[in-house]
Amino acid sequence: MYYLWVFLIGGLICAIGELLIIKTNITSARILVTFVLVGVLLEAFGIFDPISEFAKAGINVPIVGFGASLAKGAIGAVKARGLVGAFTGGLEATAAGIAAAVGFAFLFGLIFHSKTKK
Amino acid sequence: MDEKKRNEAYNKYVNAKIPKTRPWPSLFNSFWIGGLICCLGQGINDLLLLWFPNMAEQTAWTYTLIALIFLASFLTGIGVYDRIGKFAGGGTIVPITGFSNSITSPALEFKHEGIIYGLCVKMFTIAGPVIVIGIVSSILVGLVYLFI
Repeated sequence: MYYLWVFLIGGLICAIGELLIIKTNITSARILVTFVLVGVLLEAFGIFDPISEFAKAGINVPIVGFGASLAKGAIGAVKARGLVGAFTGGLEATAAGIAAAVGFAFLFGLIFHSKTKK
Repeated sequence: MDEKKRNEAYNKYVNAKIPKTRPWPSLFNSFWIGGLICCLGQGINDLLLLWFPNMAEQTAWTYTLIALIFLASFLTGIGVYDRIGKFAGGGTIVPITGFSNSITSPALEFKHEGIIYGLCVKMFTIAGPVIVIGIVSSILVGLVYLFI
């Protein structure tokens, strides 16, 4: 049954993004930055985890989840290792996502050709 | 014509040229496609945990994100993702798949400018600010938590 929550929360977050695009003609880079910041703040104030409990992928798949894991990584690493954690934690927690996105973009960038510019 | 009037006239002209999207259908499409992408993520995650019962939840989640990123990158490569994107708007931008698409898409588009200066540099035109703001804010959050 939790798929309903995943669907509703995930859909809602995306619809909020679309609303921002319609109302302000904001670019997709700004949308992504805004949602990452929202995720960082939600995690920093401890609001993210209670939502994540029932929304699961609904809040973790949107880029909000990326922001939250950046903050979560930094907070965890600071608690474990002190000052150096502030610099290592964020990237450590999101390393897989960034590496996958860059790696696959490079691979498929080499293989495929742009379809939009024809 | 003074500058103010000219700017006004220009803004009017620009606003008239901006493609109008009807808000309700596009909101609805973002909602259900975005929701569906999240359900797909949840499905991949649950299947991984079902097939590999010994896998840690965090690891399964990481593989889920990698799978979604792979899928979005591939669909961008074959030109399908942008077609869904025209229809779904925010529904394809906000999920992590949109982040993947925002890296692969310019990489493909600027490939003709060379591997280094085209593909590798332009990859980060959209994702760059996201990563920069993300890292900076995570450092700040870490520093704040150091002192409380």
